[in-house]
Amino acid sequence: MHHSIEVENLSFSYPDGNPALRDISLKIQPNEKVALVGPNGAGKSTLLLHLNGILSGKGTVRVCGLVVENKNIGRVRAAVGLVFQNPDDQLFSPTVYDDVAFGPLYQGLRQDEINARVDEALTAVRMKEYASRVSHHLSMGEKKRIAIATVLSMRPEVLVLDEPTADLDPRSRRMLINLLREMPITMLASTHDMRMVQELFPRMVIMDAGRIVADGATMHLLSDEVLLEMHGLEKP
Amino acid sequence: MHVHFLDPFRPGDSLVHELDARLKFLLAVAFILTVSLTPVGAWPVYILLLALILSVEILSALGVGYVLKRAVLVLPFVLAALPVVFTIQGTELFSLYLGTWTLTASLEGLARFTSVALKSWLSMQAAIVLASSTSFPDLLQAMRAVGIPRLLVAMFGLMWRYLFVLVDEALRLMRARAARSGQSDQRRTRRGGSLAWRARVTGGMAGNLFLRAFERSERIYVAMLSRGYEGEVRALPLPSFTKVHWLTLATGLAVLGLFLLFGILFWS
Amino acid sequence: MLYSPAPMHIPDGFLSTLVSIALWMVSAVIVAYALRRVGRDLGERQVPLMGVLAAAIFAGQMLNFSVAGGTSGHLLGAAIATILLGPWAAVIVMTSVVSIQALIFQDGGLLALGANLFNMAVIGVAVSYFVYTSFQKVARGRSWGIFLGGFAAAWFSIVVASLACALELALSGTSPANVAVPAMGGIHMLIGIGEGFITLGALAFLYATRRDLLHAGHAARGGGAAVWAFGLGIAILLAILSPLASAHPDGLEWVAGQKGFLEMARAPLYQIIPDYVFPGVSNESLATILAGILGTLLVFSAALGVAYVRRARKAA
Repeated sequence: MHHSIEVENLSFSYPDGNPALRDISLKIQPNEKVALVGPNGAGKSTLLLHLNGILSGKGTVRVCGLVVENKNIGRVRAAVGLVFQNPDDQLFSPTVYDDVAFGPLYQGLRQDEINARVDEALTAVRMKEYASRVSHHLSMGEKKRIAIATVLSMRPEVLVLDEPTADLDPRSRRMLINLLREMPITMLASTHDMRMVQELFPRMVIMDAGRIVADGATMHLLSDEVLLEMHGLEKP
Repeated sequence: MHVHFLDPFRPGDSLVHELDARLKFLLAVAFILTVSLTPVGAWPVYILLLALILSVEILSALGVGYVLKRAVLVLPFVLAALPVVFTIQGTELFSLYLGTWTLTASLEGLARFTSVALKSWLSMQAAIVLASSTSFPDLLQAMRAVGIPRLLVAMFGLMWRYLFVLVDEALRLMRARAARSGQSDQRRTRRGGSLAWRARVTGGMAGNLFLRAFERSERIYVAMLSRGYEGEVRALPLPSFTKVHWLTLATGLAVLGLFLLFGILFWS
Repeated sequence: MLYSPAPMHIPDGFLSTLVSIALWMVSAVIVAYALRRVGRDLGERQVPLMGVLAAAIFAGQMLNFSVAGGTSGHLLGAAIATILLGPWAAVIVMTSVVSIQALIFQDGGLLALGANLFNMAVIGVAVSYFVYTSFQKVARGRSWGIFLGGFAAAWFSIVVASLACALELALSGTSPANVAVPAMGGIHMLIGIGEGFITLGALAFLYATRRDLLHAGHAARGGGAAVWAFGLGIAILLAILSPLASAHPDGLEWVAGQKGFLEMARAPLYQIIPDYVFPGVSNESLATILAGILGTLLVFSAALGVAYVRRARKAA
């Protein structure tokens, strides 16, 4: 049984010299739900971009048993569904259907299979009637859910989310949290929303200045106020 | 703030709305081509074409007033054709004396001017009906069906999708400028700064817009890569044309062909 | 805020069918070639980059600034697109902008789209490229080359494109050359100043924030020579033709060589069909009345049809 995500001694610097990741090692088991927290600039988003090969640095990254490298990149991107913070950047097709169908289409599936996947994904996020809508007219909460659907239609093994509850009003946030709770899928979420972490994610990884400074049970880490304060976090 | 008024599509359930977008597109283009080929002075044909487009407008439940109001936009350009009344030689109608110049209007000139005005008015109505009764994603399908390269169609789609987002940003920039465009109490100061300055400020906002567009396109590219994009534009196959589709297309083209023939036989 | 029609987008009905179709064919060939070139130069990034930039230019056209007299000037964008993306990608971007303006906003006709594309997406881009790169060469890398070159590229692209537009109208017999050329040329010499300043402002902003983007366009070299030459050529050609045409409205005939050619350009395509009288309806007024009756019947049936369908749907 392979780990869903296995990062070994990953280091990465941006072209301008800024060392964003320093010797990161992380293992995530199938069906685990892990929260990635830390101050802005800690390297959380940079780490996420390594998981599907958008960025690549020194060290090894393995997802679902596949090494993240050029010859595997298609399968990697189908296995790891990356949902970005701003849904407007991910909903780039004319209709919702087109956006959710994008993944399966580029996987080479047939028309009827694509239809089935789109149906399945939209149903999973409770937005089946939205297929023919134009994404520009949707609310932020609706867009965030569609963005998740665009990734679910590829049937990934891991769902990686960057700030899922950012910019959401309380009602939409509650809907999203309930949705995530019901998904039986390995999940890694980078977030500032500590109350959501407490509710949904049994394991928490704290990053600061490009390093992992803590990795353990959420309840346990949240009771360590000194640790939290040192890394710019607050107890919910 | 959402810039809905930019989108001319008015949803509805009329016969015209439900007609396949590819048919509508082809028939609209055929109509415009027919109008273009109709000879100058073939008034009966223009009347028939007008009746045809008015009927379509009624069938589309868009409201004839709505279409005609938007079609009036053609007016400024029509004025550009006005001189032709006086420059084409022919049967004299009347003369205008302006100082040392004498402008003589001719019947032929008037006929040509009126024909140009009618042609552009009719064509514009067809284009308005097409755009108002067809959603943009459907129009993209129509373009693919007509043979426009997939790459270009994909670009049109992206452009339209982000048009509203960027216009929102542009409006916000303009509002921010307006918020800073107060009027000084001093009486002699020139309001608004010089023309050159104003243009440069506008240019700065345009530059800002382009920069945001660049950065956004990078993020979109990353999102596309994450879902499997590798550079080749793919699209779902279009539903095939049914017999009803072919029949409707043939009927439309036949009607237009008849009108055109009528015009050619009598007035060329 | 209404979307106001721009003075260079020719609506349908103004160009003769022959001119429209000829320019459609020319534009189609050039755009197809540009697509292939862009594929080679930009690779995978092309779709999102060009799509969003086209949207930016479109949005940028809404940024108007008030000129004296209540009218407002605004950006066309061919120059800035060429400077930022290089000529071939700029052709594609401008094609998108002008096509969608025509299709969705009726800014410019559909049959006339070929001509509008030729004027704005081809001539506009080629002339911008020619002027801008010439200034760059003279300035030898100093920054004034960018700013002055940008202003000049913008101004020339607008003016030369408007001359082409005027000549097309004259060739179609819609507007006599001695009116169209000075009018279009004159107006656009003024509008071009606005375009120049806006382009200058945009370049200044980008120079200060992301200088690297300004040099991205130069990556698309190779074949640049052809564009440069075309830009120069078309500018010279139009510069010569326009005053000639406007001084001698019949001068176009002289250039064409024969009255016959000009008549063919203006007349409908089928003038070769000999006249003959159709038995029965020989009187034109009668024909007009018949057409009126037929037309009215058509409109009424449509209205009746709609009412019938509406009632049937309510009953269902």
